[in-house]
Amino acid sequence: MCAMRREPVDELGPSGQGHSGQGPGGVSDSGPGQPEQQGWKAVLTPEEIRRALTRIAHEILERTHGGEGIVLLGIPTRGVYLARRLAARIGEFEGSPAPVGSLDVTMHRDDLRLRPARALQRTQVPPDGVDGKTVVLVDDVLFSGRTIRAALDALNDLGRPRAVQLAVLVDRGHRELPIRADYVGKNLPTAHREKVRVQLAEIDGEDSVLLGEGDK
Amino acid sequence: MNRHLISAGDLSRGDAILILDTAEELASVGGRAIRKLPTLRGLTVVNLFYEDSTRTRTSFEAAAKRLSADVINFSAKGSSVAKGESLKDTALTLEAMGADAVVIRHPASGAPRRLTDWISGSVVNAGDGTHEHPTQALLDAFTMRQRLVGQGASGTDGSDADRRGQGLDGIRVTIVGDVLHSRVARSNVLLLSTLGAQVTLVAPPTLMPHAVETWPCRASYDLDAELRKSDVMMMLRVQQERMTAAYFPTVREYRRRYGLDAGRMALLPEHAIVMHPGPMNRGVEIAAEVADSDRSTIVAQVANGVTVRMAVLYLMLGGAGEETPMESAR
Repeated sequence: MCAMRREPVDELGPSGQGHSGQGPGGVSDSGPGQPEQQGWKAVLTPEEIRRALTRIAHEILERTHGGEGIVLLGIPTRGVYLARRLAARIGEFEGSPAPVGSLDVTMHRDDLRLRPARALQRTQVPPDGVDGKTVVLVDDVLFSGRTIRAALDALNDLGRPRAVQLAVLVDRGHRELPIRADYVGKNLPTAHREKVRVQLAEIDGEDSVLLGEGDK
Repeated sequence: MNRHLISAGDLSRGDAILILDTAEELASVGGRAIRKLPTLRGLTVVNLFYEDSTRTRTSFEAAAKRLSADVINFSAKGSSVAKGESLKDTALTLEAMGADAVVIRHPASGAPRRLTDWISGSVVNAGDGTHEHPTQALLDAFTMRQRLVGQGASGTDGSDADRRGQGLDGIRVTIVGDVLHSRVARSNVLLLSTLGAQVTLVAPPTLMPHAVETWPCRASYDLDAELRKSDVMMMLRVQQERMTAAYFPTVREYRRRYGLDAGRMALLPEHAIVMHPGPMNRGVEIAAEVADSDRSTIVAQVANGVTVRMAVLYLMLGGAGEETPMESAR
């Protein structure tokens, strides 16, 4: 069942929010701002991340005819920061920033009962809601697809978007559900046991995507 | 989180803040088109009420239903309890029905603790005798944090980002009235002191518990002396039904010395709030114009009760009870 999860990127507790040290995810390996450690190999540099996001922002604008009626919803933790960056870039290109929010999927996960209850993250929907909008879900890593399935369920409770699209910084393969991304920063071939860690300046102090061996 | 919630004293500061933060997020569910989360689907929550209650039972029921749990309401009236069934036999019956959580209210202090011996699911104390009522304390703490902590502290939601992770450090809470019979007071003293608040109990000498000096709070007999230094005034109900002796001469005298009226409210600091766990005796411990003023959080407390209980049920039932081997392998 471990395979269901993209380790450890989406498993962090609410980092930097003053919660007790061992978040429900029990993550002990990635304190914010920790430099590259042994066993981890950088697969995307800050420059490459910047370019990938710029490209995705352009692609979103192309596919949605100038970003008409779009809402960017990031999936906590790091998807939220990526969504904000994309919204800012769309604002630069088109003059008006795209509405951006966050969507916590914890309550809709299919692996809740497998682990101790987790702290919830923030769900914030822009004031206009999602009804009739084109919602672009934003996450850092696409792995099994289960997080996105949960996000689709969570979104369903918020309203009825006209369309839902998915943007991810890294697609590492090994899907377990019929889900694909519309916008991909980098396709990263990985072994199942390997781990992908996305670090973002907003909470980790620097931008990087790291690939590590699974058995630490 | 522990498997059971029996006493507010069982909660660490971290546990308590986790519950409040979770409730903060769950509060938004009440404003959505679909006020339901699938999280506890397939789980059964039994409300086992041996005492009359409207708000606590309906609050737990609403909380469980919003999380998609199945709810069985069981009240002592009209059940086999009326025929003389013991708590243990009732518990074994519920166990056989597969209750994942039992929410119990019982007139005997300690009944929920006993229940944990007979039930494999979680037990939530919804008030036992004059002992404890931990979820009431949690919702009171939640309401205080909502109104008094963080910038933009107000009654409304909005910028709650800065409240997350915070306790109630330095907040001065005065709990007034029938402390002796009050499980609400006992749970609040334990929880609020865990969260860093300074609690003062005010009661007539006859209604002050005997070993109050061992509690983590101050005690006073003089309400007027405490008014100016209180951020929160929590008025307790005079519990006539538990009073087996004459604790004060007349209701009128009680009201004059310990009732919160408009004159006393005017002496409170400008930001101070007035709380009451309900049900109120208007005109006894709290005057009608105080209960209906905008300082009163009495209605907000009821709404917050649902979200706080959702948080408790989610944290107790939503995940795996113990660390799974998979967890430690990571």
